[in-house]
Amino acid sequence: MTVYLPIAELSVNIFIILGMGAAVGFLSGMFGVGGGFLITPLLIFYNIPPVVAVATGANQVVASSISGAITHFRRGTLDMKLGSVLLVGGLAGATAGVWVFSWLRRIGQLDLFISLLYVVLLSSIGALMLQESIRAMRRAKNNNPLPVKRPGQHNWVHRLPLKMRFKKSKIYLSAIPVVGLGFGIGVLTSIMGVGGGFIMVPAMIYLLRIPTNVVVGTSLFQIIFVTAYTTMVQAATNYSVDIVLATILMVAGVIGAQYGVRVGQKLRGEQLRALLALLVLAVGIRLAIGLIVTPNDVYSVAVGGMSY
Amino acid sequence: MRRLLRIALLLPLLALGFPVQAQVPFGQASGVKEGLEIGTSTSEIAITSDFRGADLTIFGALTNADELFLAIGQYDVVVTLEGPKDYATVRKKERVFGIWMNTEGLTFEQVPESYSLASTRMIDSIDEAPSLNNIGVGIDHLALNPVGYIPDSGMIGEFRDAYRRLKLTNGLYQRDTSGVRFVSSSLFRASLKLPANIPDGMHMVRAYLFKSGQLINQREMPLRVVKTGIEQAITDAAHDRPLAYGFLCVLIAIITGWGASIVFRKD
Repeated sequence: MTVYLPIAELSVNIFIILGMGAAVGFLSGMFGVGGGFLITPLLIFYNIPPVVAVATGANQVVASSISGAITHFRRGTLDMKLGSVLLVGGLAGATAGVWVFSWLRRIGQLDLFISLLYVVLLSSIGALMLQESIRAMRRAKNNNPLPVKRPGQHNWVHRLPLKMRFKKSKIYLSAIPVVGLGFGIGVLTSIMGVGGGFIMVPAMIYLLRIPTNVVVGTSLFQIIFVTAYTTMVQAATNYSVDIVLATILMVAGVIGAQYGVRVGQKLRGEQLRALLALLVLAVGIRLAIGLIVTPNDVYSVAVGGMSY
Repeated sequence: MRRLLRIALLLPLLALGFPVQAQVPFGQASGVKEGLEIGTSTSEIAITSDFRGADLTIFGALTNADELFLAIGQYDVVVTLEGPKDYATVRKKERVFGIWMNTEGLTFEQVPESYSLASTRMIDSIDEAPSLNNIGVGIDHLALNPVGYIPDSGMIGEFRDAYRRLKLTNGLYQRDTSGVRFVSSSLFRASLKLPANIPDGMHMVRAYLFKSGQLINQREMPLRVVKTGIEQAITDAAHDRPLAYGFLCVLIAIITGWGASIVFRKD
């Protein structure tokens, strides 16, 4: 059964889109990630124009992150003040990102830029995760417990000015790195269509030394608002959010996620991380191949008011 | 599903006195200029999103035609359907440090997004290229003027060829060199192909009459292509009310995400 995507302007098999959404939802539930960094490349592999894939990916992340955020809000593992400071940076970053996105589209380099950014990000993060999980698996094998992290360690981040007190997180931290992190994630959201949790969570734990219990909830808080904002801005400037595609992906995704969570609870953490790392690497390599292989036609034509 | 969109004829020709004209002795110029009439019963075509292309039939008639010239096939008719015009940018990829990227680009001024042509025979055997270029009839003769000054004329030619090839490949430009048939000595029928991805907006039907390779008459008639259905309503909403559309997208995401957390709640 085919369904016509009005914004992507092509007919697709609805079962492939449903399967894609369910599979990514399953993985996102299993690994506790938003799934934007998997859905956007998959859509590009399925010939959805990257412009539409990115904007629709951001919309899909809103749905996949909201139930987690609600859970954390109920449990009280969400630092509203920290989240709001992150959000200030995030909204500014998303605005700048959409501006860069439109500019790259105008000069005809958007598709390349999205692919390159994905290749760099996925291969470096995949490699780091794989390395870390293999080390953890070795340690578990030798029965060596994880070295306990000494609290109170400070790095350069903690010597910056403009300090603020975040009561919920019980930390006293400069607003500069928080806004800066939010900004960077906001840029990634609008250019790559990701929530950015897979970068934000490690950065908050290792760089900002924010207690682990509030990190996930707070990052989800920021992700929801930034992805929702990005969806609106992309819709208003590039007209590239495909509501039909997004709805199919979201419905399949949230259902798949429920089963993913159950499977994830049965698997060991290190194995899970190693699997995710391999998956991330595979997507990165597939995108890299697409950049190197000779295209069918070196010419392309774009219609539009490019009267500059 | 291939439907036949038959735009029925509007025939003014019965009222016109072409049998009278047939009395003029062979080979003798009548002194009256040949006329060309075309007609459709509608000025609007509505297509749904499951549209897979169709044929558009246009009827027309020659009036005051010279019998001898008709008999030896000296009259040629070309009918075109030109889509709405817009700028078109052609880009070329090259390998840079092992990666394929767009390196050169050229924007053409106001070219038709779609172009369908039907003729009595190969248009290049009807007339010479320079005069076809002047009137802009035929895919190879459409005016493709680059925006701005491009010093390298070889590059312009290369990009023009690429543009025509890409448009022919994706079906937006089509030609049928036997698409115009004379059903009687002066009545003709033109079949134009409408591609599945035909753009909506104001199209223009144009008919050209050639006598011994000379353009002697032409007619034009607007034809509006309107897309209907839910998909078109979505596209219109996305472009006309983008903020409300974006808000709706976010709202659906919130409802889906929230709904799932309620439906699948364990307690």
